[in-house]
Amino acid sequence: MQFGIFTVGDVTTDPTTGRTPTEAERIKAMVTIAQHAEEVGLDVFATGEHHNPPFVPSSPTTMLGYVAAKTERIILSTSTTLITTNDPVKIAEDFAMLQHLAEGRVDLMMGRGNTGPVYPWFGKDIRDGIALAVENYDLVHRLWREDVVSWEGQFRTPLQGFTSTPRPLDGLPPFVWHGSIRSPEIAEQAAFYGDGFFANHIFWPTYHFQRLINLYRQRFEHYGHGRADQAVVGLGGQVYMARSSQDAVAQFRPYFDHAPVYGYGPSLEEFTSQTPLTVGSPQEVIEKTLTFRQHFGDYQRQLFLADHAGLPLKTVLDQLDLLGEIVPVLRREMDALRPAGVPDGPTHAARLAALRAGTLREGVPADDTSDDAALVGAGNAAVTR
Amino acid sequence: MSRPTVVVLTAGLSQPSSTRLLGDRLAAAVQTAAGSRGAAVDVEVVELREHARDLTNQLLTGFATGALADLQERVQRADALVAVTPIFSASYSGLFKMFFDVLPPDSLVGKPTLIAATAGSVRHSLALEHALRPLFAYLRAVVVPTAVFAATEDWADAGALDERVARAADELVGLLRPTAQSGSPEPARTPDPLDDPDAVVPFARLLARSRG
Repeated sequence: MQFGIFTVGDVTTDPTTGRTPTEAERIKAMVTIAQHAEEVGLDVFATGEHHNPPFVPSSPTTMLGYVAAKTERIILSTSTTLITTNDPVKIAEDFAMLQHLAEGRVDLMMGRGNTGPVYPWFGKDIRDGIALAVENYDLVHRLWREDVVSWEGQFRTPLQGFTSTPRPLDGLPPFVWHGSIRSPEIAEQAAFYGDGFFANHIFWPTYHFQRLINLYRQRFEHYGHGRADQAVVGLGGQVYMARSSQDAVAQFRPYFDHAPVYGYGPSLEEFTSQTPLTVGSPQEVIEKTLTFRQHFGDYQRQLFLADHAGLPLKTVLDQLDLLGEIVPVLRREMDALRPAGVPDGPTHAARLAALRAGTLREGVPADDTSDDAALVGAGNAAVTR
Repeated sequence: MSRPTVVVLTAGLSQPSSTRLLGDRLAAAVQTAAGSRGAAVDVEVVELREHARDLTNQLLTGFATGALADLQERVQRADALVAVTPIFSASYSGLFKMFFDVLPPDSLVGKPTLIAATAGSVRHSLALEHALRPLFAYLRAVVVPTAVFAATEDWADAGALDERVARAADELVGLLRPTAQSGSPEPARTPDPLDDPDAVVPFARLLARSRG
C-alpha cells in the first residue's frame, strides 16, 4: 500500500493573515513539501497541472525532474496530467525522459481537466474531452510500447514511422492511473488497458464513487486483467491533524470557511460527516482512512491533499510530520488486511520483475471476446500477458 | 397498487406566507379534482425555505445532502408537481430557482406540472407566462394551460381565484396516469453504467469513434 500527497499548486491568500505567497514562494514551497514528504517516509508526491492563475504548476515534468534530483526514494507522479490538451507525443517523451532521470520513480495520472477556457488555449474544445482522452492516450500507449509508430487520428497530425525518444526505461512504460470524478468512460478506459483508476473522492459523498470504482473493477475483470478485487485503485483524501481534535478543528476552521472549493457553504462539521475530509487527532484520521477500504475494497494508493486553502508552508510541513507518524500504522493495517493475490501499489521494480516473468497485467486485452474487439486495430498488442 | 403522488413546492419566505396559502389551496383542489373523478392522490406540501441552507451548500459543493437529497428523490418519483413562488423583481424568487438549478438533469421530463405565483400587485401576473412557463419548458415538464396567480387583492375576492385554482387542478389531474395502470412503465431512460456496468459503452467502440 502506497501513501503520499498530491498538490493542486494553488496560490491562495492565508485567511488568518491576509498574506498571499508569491509564485516564486509557492513553487519553492512545493519542492520543499515534496522533499519533506520523502523525509517523513511517504511513498508518493504528485503535482497537478494547471494553465491558469491562481495555480502555478504548468510544467509538471520540469518540477518533478528537479524534485527527482533532490530526492532518492519517493515516487513522482501527477494529479493530473492533461491528456486532452497536451500533445500525446510530448507526454510520451516528457515522462519517458523523467523516468530515466528519476531511475524509474515515475508514474502519472491522466485527467481531462475541468476548466473550459483552457481547451481553446491549446486549440481544443472541452466538448471533445472524452474523445480527446481516448484518442490521445491510445497514442501515448502505443508510442511507449512500439518503437516505430505510424498513426492517424482526429485531433493530431498523423505520424509516419515515428519513434518517440527516449524509449521507456528498461522497456517498461511508466504506470498510468486514469483519474475521474464522474465519467464511466474513463473507468472503462482504465479497465480496458489494465491501468490504475484514481478516484479523487475528497469533495463528494462516498456512494457516488463506490459506483464508479465498482464499474472499473468489473470491467477490469471483463477485460481479463485479473479479478475485480485485483484492479488497481487509488483514492484521494483530505486531512488536518493536531494532537487533539479540538485543536485541529480550531486551527483548520478559518481555512475551511474560506477555502476555494467549499468555503462559505457547508459547515466544517457537515462537510466532514458527508465527505472523506477528516479534521482531528492522528487516531481519528487513522480510523477514518481505514473506512475507505471498507467502502471501496482493498486499494493500492492513498494520496492526501495537505497544502491548499492558503495553509502556510510551516503548517503543511507539520502536517507531513503527523502523516509520517500515522502512515506506518495505516500501511501495516492495510497490508495485513489485503488478501493474497491483490497487488501492492505499483513500482518500477515490481513491474519490471513481472514484465520479465511474463506476469505483468497491463496492456491492451489480447483476448477481448466482445463483438467490438475487431474494432481495435492491429498493432496494439499488450506488452505481455 | 400505489396512489399517484403530487408534490407541492412553495417558495414562500414568511410563516405563514400567502405563497404557502396558495400552495395549500392548490393541494386541496388537486385532491378534490381527483375525488370528483373517483380517484385519490397523495399530496405533499413542501416549504423550500426549510431547505435553503442545503440548496446553497449544493450550489457550492455540487452534491445534495440529507433532507434535500430525499426531497429531490420524491420530486423525481412524483407523478405531478405543483410549483408556487412569490414574484420578486418581476420573476420567480431566487430560492425557487435554486431548487431547480440544482435538481439533477431530466428530473422533470414529461412530468405534469402546475405553475402558480403570488405577488403584491396584479401587475406581476404575466411573470408566470414570461418567467415560469419558459423555465419548465426548458426542463421539459408538461405544464398545464392554466397558471394560477394571486395578488393581494385576489384574497379579498376569493371566488375568481377559487375558480382558477379548481380549473388548474382539474387540468393537472387530467394528466395523471390512471390509477388502474399504476406501475405502468416509466418513460424509457438510457441505463446508467454506474448502476449497471453492462450498460457501459465498450472501450473498443469509444476508440473506434476516434478513428472515424
